[in-house]
This record gives sequence, C-alpha cells and structure tokens, in this order.
Amino acid sequence: MSELRDLYQEVILDHNRHPRNFGSLEEASHEADGFNPLCGDKIHVHLLVDGDRITDIRFEGSGCAISTASASVMTELLKGKTLEEAKALFHTFHDLVTGKTDGDLATLGKLAVFAGVSEFPVRVKCATLCWHTTQAALDKSADAVSTE
Amino acid sequence: MSASSTTPAQTLDADAVRREVPILAREIYGKPLVYLDNAASTQKPRAVIDAVATFYETTNANIHRGVHRLSQEATDAFELARERMRAFLGAAQHEEIIFTRGTTESINLIAASYGHANVGAGDEILISHMEHHSNIVPWQLLCEQTGAKLVVAPITDDGDIDMDVLASLLGDRTKIVSVGHVSNALGTVNPVAEIGRLAHEVGAVFVVDGAQGAPHGAVDVRALGADFYACSGHKMYGPTGIGVLYGRRELLDAMPPYQGGGEMIRTVTFEKSTYAPVPAKFEAGTPNIAGGVGFGAAAVWLQSHGLEAIERHEADLLAYGTQRLAEIEGLRMIGTARRKAGVLSFVLDCAHPHDVGTILDREGVAVRTGHHCAQPVMERFGVPATSRASLGLYNTRADLDALVDALQQVREVFA
Repeated sequence: MSELRDLYQEVILDHNRHPRNFGSLEEASHEADGFNPLCGDKIHVHLLVDGDRITDIRFEGSGCAISTASASVMTELLKGKTLEEAKALFHTFHDLVTGKTDGDLATLGKLAVFAGVSEFPVRVKCATLCWHTTQAALDKSADAVSTE
Repeated sequence: MSASSTTPAQTLDADAVRREVPILAREIYGKPLVYLDNAASTQKPRAVIDAVATFYETTNANIHRGVHRLSQEATDAFELARERMRAFLGAAQHEEIIFTRGTTESINLIAASYGHANVGAGDEILISHMEHHSNIVPWQLLCEQTGAKLVVAPITDDGDIDMDVLASLLGDRTKIVSVGHVSNALGTVNPVAEIGRLAHEVGAVFVVDGAQGAPHGAVDVRALGADFYACSGHKMYGPTGIGVLYGRRELLDAMPPYQGGGEMIRTVTFEKSTYAPVPAKFEAGTPNIAGGVGFGAAAVWLQSHGLEAIERHEADLLAYGTQRLAEIEGLRMIGTARRKAGVLSFVLDCAHPHDVGTILDREGVAVRTGHHCAQPVMERFGVPATSRASLGLYNTRADLDALVDALQQVREVFA
C-alpha cells in the first residue's frame, strides 16, 4: 500500500473531493479543451490573461482523482503568475511526474504531492492533461488537446 | 478412439485448466496474478504456445506456393486450422472460413466488399446502441461513401436491445443488420437468432460480431442464421493478429475482392486480372500462418474442455461475482440484462474507474478501465467510463474474492 499512499496523498484526495476554481469563467480571454481518449478524461480550462499575467483561471470536466486534483492544484498555483512563470512551473511539474527531478521538495512547493505519480507511468498523462490544455489555451491553438 | 473420450467433460476443473496456462503462475507486485481482463484479451494455454512454436521449429514455409516439402506441410497445417475453425463455428464448408487479422478486419471486409457491392444511397444499415466501435465505424465509413444511413436500435436501462423498436426500424431499405453476439461493455447476450430472423424477413443480410460470443459458448452459425460471423483468435485463447470471418458461400462467391495482391488471383495481366475462388479471393498476401495454426489449436483446446461446460462454469462465476459485488457499498453495476455472459462492468461512487484500476493492479488484479471502445454505451448510462472484470474458463471464485477484497482497498483509500 505504501506506493499507493504516495500516489493518493491526503492533499490529492482532498482536491479530488473539493476541486478549487471549478467552473466556467465568463470573461475568459483564453480557453481550450483537453481529452484523454484512453480513459475518457475531459477537461476545459478557462483563463483570464491581463498583459502577461494570469489573473484568473478555472476548469471544468470529469476525470480520475489524479487528473482532477492536478487541475485543482494547478489553478491555485497559476493564478497571479506571469506566462513565463507558468511555463517554468509546467516544466518543473513535468520533470517531477516523469521522474526526472531529484525531488528537491523545497522548490516544488505544492506540486510535491504529485511526486508519487512517477512510480505509475500510465498515470502521468492523467496528471499532465490539465497543464497541456492550459498551455494550448495560452498558445491559442485551436484544436482540442489529446494525450494520444 | 472410444466414445467416452469424445464426449465433452460435464464439469470444468478450473484448477486443472489453470495449470495449462503458464502465465497464470506469475506474480504481480508480489501478489498472485488475478487475470480478469479476458474480454480485452485472453491468456494462452500451453497447447497454443506449443502449436505456434512447433510450427516455427518444424514446419515453417510460405503456403499455397512452391512444391517443396515444407511448403506443403505448412499449407496442410494452415488448412487444417481452417477446417478446425469451420468445425468450431458449425459452418457447412471450409471455404466459408476466411482468415483475417481479427474481428475488426472481418467487419471491415464485409463493409468494403459486400457493402460497396450491395449498399447504395438511401439504403440503411442497422446496428444496436451497445456495439463496439469496430461494429460502428466500418459502417459509418460505408455510409459516408455510399450515402446510406446508419440506424441504431436503442437499448433498455438493463442493457437489452429494445426488440420492439428494433423490429420497427427494419424495412425495405435495410440492407445489412449487424449486432454483437455478446456485448463487451455490458455482457448482454443478444437474441441473435431472433434478430437474424427479423433481418431476413426484410431481405437484409445478418452480420454477427462474435468477438465476445465465440470464446464463451458453443457457436453454430447456421442455427444463429448468421450470414457473416466474425471472431478474434486472441479473445479465444489463441494468438493476436489472427481472426476469422465466416461468410455464407453464395454471398462470398458473389462478393468482389477485399484487397488485391498475391494469393488472391487466378491470372494477372496488365489489362485484367481474374480472381481465385473463396477463400483465397479474400486472403491477399501471405497470411499470419503461425497465428492461424495457433488459432486452430485454441479451438481444439476449447472443445477439449467442452463449450457447454465452459458456459456453465462462467455462468456460475458470473452469478457469484454479481452477488459478491453487490456487497460493496456505493457500487453500481452497468449492464444487468436478463441473459449475460461473463462481464461485470461497474462504477463506484467514491472513485473514478481509472483510480480503481490502479489500486486493483497493485493487488495483482487485472481489470479493464475505460470506455471499452464503446463510447455510445458509456453515454447511454451516463458514465465516462467503467471498471470491467471479464471472465475466462480459467477463472475461479477465488479470483472474484480477490477482486472484492481489492475493491474494499479502494474504498479504504477513497471513502
């Protein structure tokens, strides 16, 4: 059970049960859909960008605990960040869940709870779907994001 | 051979069967493998593994060409496999058995060959709401190309085809009726003989997607009234990449080729080619010879355990599993049809199927989670995905107990 407990940490279970910033954003300046055809996870990310800063962000959709918690934590982290900072966070997060960091938890902050994902390679896509979708929204790419 | 040795065993000794399937001795994360993903793919008995290995070690050569000894022996082995599949499906002639890559290719073959020759603008193709994507998309493509219309018979909340509505949707325009023998997502055993009778009344041909039917009970394509019946080797304890399309001889004879190439021709000039008779007409190129041999061995292996005995064994497990799963708080079964084959599809109120799958995996329990290539079914039941435990002849009540224990772990983490 220990690896499972590492994956399903209390923080993740809490964000899954009570996702933060869940809903739509009428005045969104950027948005995109994400889809994981493997498991049917769907997400829609709305962003309000003012200059180079993300002033608001919300998400909607349905998915597993990892994808829901990841989206919830992501929205908390990205609110108020510059586009540059958002991109850097995505890289940090991606390295973390794919096991490419040594796990310096101090620099990871809230993202550290997702360290356990790297032990479950098939779940990496669940954790990164929201980040890819946000990236697509910010890049204003027209097509829906798919993990496949 | 004595009479008693040809009589199928009346009861199935699942523990003895397990010893014939080497992979079942594996451990997963230090726990015994509990393999409950048979609707996705089945594990292989020693008889199939040996048949494939022996073919490559002693007999391998290309077939239906060359006069040398190995080529003749390889041809004989492949044609013996065809005969075994004929006997397994109850077809009248071995020419009615076409080897394909699997059920998907079999259905695509019908759509591309029979469909293009017989379906036109304004015609209708009838399927049901519970079909696998491989019994939806080939027909959609055919409709796009011909201007025909895809008509979908609805299903009830239990997961049965609404037969009254189905009957009302049939008419003069219906050219093809295609339904699954058994639903991979719900386990429903469809009344195929009855649907076939209704299809024939309006002059349509009747296609049965047998991917989930053929592994779980005796099939008699003639008794079912199937004009076409498709199945896959790997879902029947045989190799991947090999399948069968049964087609009624007079239909196959009249159909144009599916793919062009070697093997399927009689004569070739740059002006015109003529085609070989069935089944070669539909088997362009070198087929999956070893796969065919392995598939034939799988059919014999299934028959050696007795299809009726397998059906009874799996029905017992299904009843036991249904009852045990009902003990789990917050579990909802998806698919509660009157007649079901070994599929237990469910959702938990506390956890998403993907999370269920991960936790079960760590307990050594292999199930499928997702939409099961049947997205319209998921939509019908208002769920994005389900967890699905699907049974094979080597499963036991202990496997289902392990499933239930693992699901309690899920509740511990999530509830």
